Amino acid sequence: MTATAPPRRAPEAGPSSGKSAAGGRLRPRIVERLRQGGLPYLLLLPAILAELLIHIVPMFFGILISFKNLTLFYIHHWNTAPWAGFDNYKAAVKIHQPIGQALLHSFWVTLSYTLLSVALSWLLGTAAAILLQDKFRGRGLIRTIFLVPYALPAYAALITWTFMFQQDTGLVNHVLHDQLHVTSSKSFWLIGDNSFWAMVVVSVWKSWPFAFLALMAGLQNIPRELYEAAAMDGAGVWQQIRKITMPSLRPVNQVIVLVLFLWTFNDFNTPFVMFGQNPPHQADLISIHIYQSSFINWNFGSGSAMSVLLLLFLLVVTAVYLLVTSRGRSENDV
Amino acid sequence: MRSSSTSSRLVAATALVAALGLTLAACGGGSDDDSSGSSSGGKTADANSLKGQTITYWASNQGTSLDADKKTLTTELDKFTAQTGIKVKLEVIGWADLLNRILAAATSGQGPDVLNIGNTWSASLQATGALMPWDDAAFQTIGGKDRFAPAAIASAGAAGQDPAAVPLYSMAYGLYYNKKMFADAGIANPPTTWDELVADGKKLTKDGHYGIAVEGANGAENIHHIFVLAKQRGASWFDDKGAPTFTGPQQVAAVKQYVDFIANDKIAAKGNAEYVQNQTITDFATGKAAMMMWQTASASIASHGMKPDQYGVVPVPTQTAGATGDAGVTSMVAGINMAIFKDTKHKDAAEAFVKFMTSTAEQKSLNGTYGSIPPVLEAQSDPAFQTPDLKVLAQVLQKSAAPLPQVANESQFENLVGPAVKSLFADAAAGKPVTDDSVKAALTKAQQQMPAS
Repeated sequence: MTATAPPRRAPEAGPSSGKSAAGGRLRPRIVERLRQGGLPYLLLLPAILAELLIHIVPMFFGILISFKNLTLFYIHHWNTAPWAGFDNYKAAVKIHQPIGQALLHSFWVTLSYTLLSVALSWLLGTAAAILLQDKFRGRGLIRTIFLVPYALPAYAALITWTFMFQQDTGLVNHVLHDQLHVTSSKSFWLIGDNSFWAMVVVSVWKSWPFAFLALMAGLQNIPRELYEAAAMDGAGVWQQIRKITMPSLRPVNQVIVLVLFLWTFNDFNTPFVMFGQNPPHQADLISIHIYQSSFINWNFGSGSAMSVLLLLFLLVVTAVYLLVTSRGRSENDV
Repeated sequence: MRSSSTSSRLVAATALVAALGLTLAACGGGSDDDSSGSSSGGKTADANSLKGQTITYWASNQGTSLDADKKTLTTELDKFTAQTGIKVKLEVIGWADLLNRILAAATSGQGPDVLNIGNTWSASLQATGALMPWDDAAFQTIGGKDRFAPAAIASAGAAGQDPAAVPLYSMAYGLYYNKKMFADAGIANPPTTWDELVADGKKLTKDGHYGIAVEGANGAENIHHIFVLAKQRGASWFDDKGAPTFTGPQQVAAVKQYVDFIANDKIAAKGNAEYVQNQTITDFATGKAAMMMWQTASASIASHGMKPDQYGVVPVPTQTAGATGDAGVTSMVAGINMAIFKDTKHKDAAEAFVKFMTSTAEQKSLNGTYGSIPPVLEAQSDPAFQTPDLKVLAQVLQKSAAPLPQVANESQFENLVGPAVKSLFADAAAGKPVTDDSVKAALTKAQQQMPAS
């Protein structure tokens, strides 16, 4: 809302500027206004245009399609598909009907997956960032190793995980069953109940380096003096973490948690590469569920309606999250 | 000020979520078919007017890799260009992407001129109206419908309508068995009925070796087998009006019989429940499993080092020995069809290309390379297709193969019932009981999610 800034600033500048100088100061003021108000928009223009083209327009069509009965009979002339009103939405939210029931199940699976993955990724990222805050030999190397999952191409890494999780020949069972004898028989990781946990493990492995990277950068901004002063006052490590590190990292955390949440909630690659087009019931993430409804069942209207519902849910979550976290932070700032 | 910054953050966040949230893929895709050439709007285009035109061809992956296919096909396409002056822009597309690409092309109207489709998609894609119908006049341009095996034509579109495509490669399921393992277990002949198969399987299952391997997590494979098992019981998965009939007792029995290989008969390894990347062939070729039901697998088996004289191929068993009619069906009609995109601007050139690809000489060459059976009858008699295994499979195709239901909702059937069977296999592998009730419950759930036809 930078557009609102100049009018508010104008009265402030008014009294201090003498009448005689008003004419001479007009030009700089316009330039300043332009710089403050117009220039950012000008610089943003290419991004806004690209955003319009790549996201907003397809989104608009997505919303449009959600009100259509767009099945395979109409996709060749999709504008002739009959209007469905809210039928696609009704089918999606009727939780006692098969389609709504399946969507709700998928929603719960996705929510559990997201919460677990984000919490564990954040925890690991924070712990690693704090542990690597102080200089020691080999710190650079460990940092690099920690970032490897983030640097690897997602598909290649996920395919490797899939091999590792195979029941008969996979590395995971080899270690757990053959070497450590933790399980009585070789477990299935890619089908059945364990598939959910396999997916969470892979997701955490994939996401935590991002949290680590961002938090590491955030830690660089905390002045060393704060820690030194706290140490002199007799604060222990935990107290330093609680009273200095965590409050200082708050803005970073706010963003990381939100971004990780959105990424994980919309995660498509992980289940798709691990389980293919038809993931096990226990690992039926919502993005794949919608993909199936659209591209495999060829019911694009229904898939779009589910997408819009997902969008609304994420909007609400984001808005509430930002409201709550911003209020807390502002009060702290004061 | 605070509320302003909060609201600006809200707006920014809204934009962010909007950007991340809507997962609808914009159906761009399609080809940049900007090849011009002379317009071929005329009905009778002579060969000269086609010269210099460029058509786009989407080929499916038939060989060991996309690159290998590219090499094979480029050699053939060069011949076509030399003969007709028509250039072909080739793209070989993996199976994982092909259907999505076709859907995108159907939606946008920007697609290839000629494309390969899995023959089980024929009726579904026909319903979209994106493919050119092959009426008698169109068939005349490629030598007539009679040149093709009737079963292959029957799997090129819904009954009573002009086919949406032309058969290109045909395949059929056979029962592959390991001769040495059979001899070692004292089994003289391969099974002809399911009871025999299970009995043999039990004899063969010992010391980490199993009677049979199945591709339990592969939805399409599951569908192909339960289709046959239901057909042998005289049952179909759709009624005459195209409505799903998944929950009938025969259908339940068919699924249970298949899943029982792991659940009750225990003649297949539990690990088969997660097989989805053709591990079945590996298990068979390496002697871990003594039997498998597969379509034209000789090339894949050879790639694992097993020699043709080490295994035999017979038709898949039936419920009773010597069954005929529906009860004697032992395979779906598997294969690849070739279609012309309805929106093509180069219809005549596209037809000329289909004519070339379905010519007897090309059929021999291409099917020979890919180890499939030519759907063109004249090409079938070629010595290259008289190997013991291909002879059996060609017989199956002629006498005991039936096309999968050619209804518009076939792909939904595959998508819902295939995973349901996968899930039952997972239950069996985890030691949970698989009963008539649990099978019926799974099929009922699948049927409830089927769209109204």
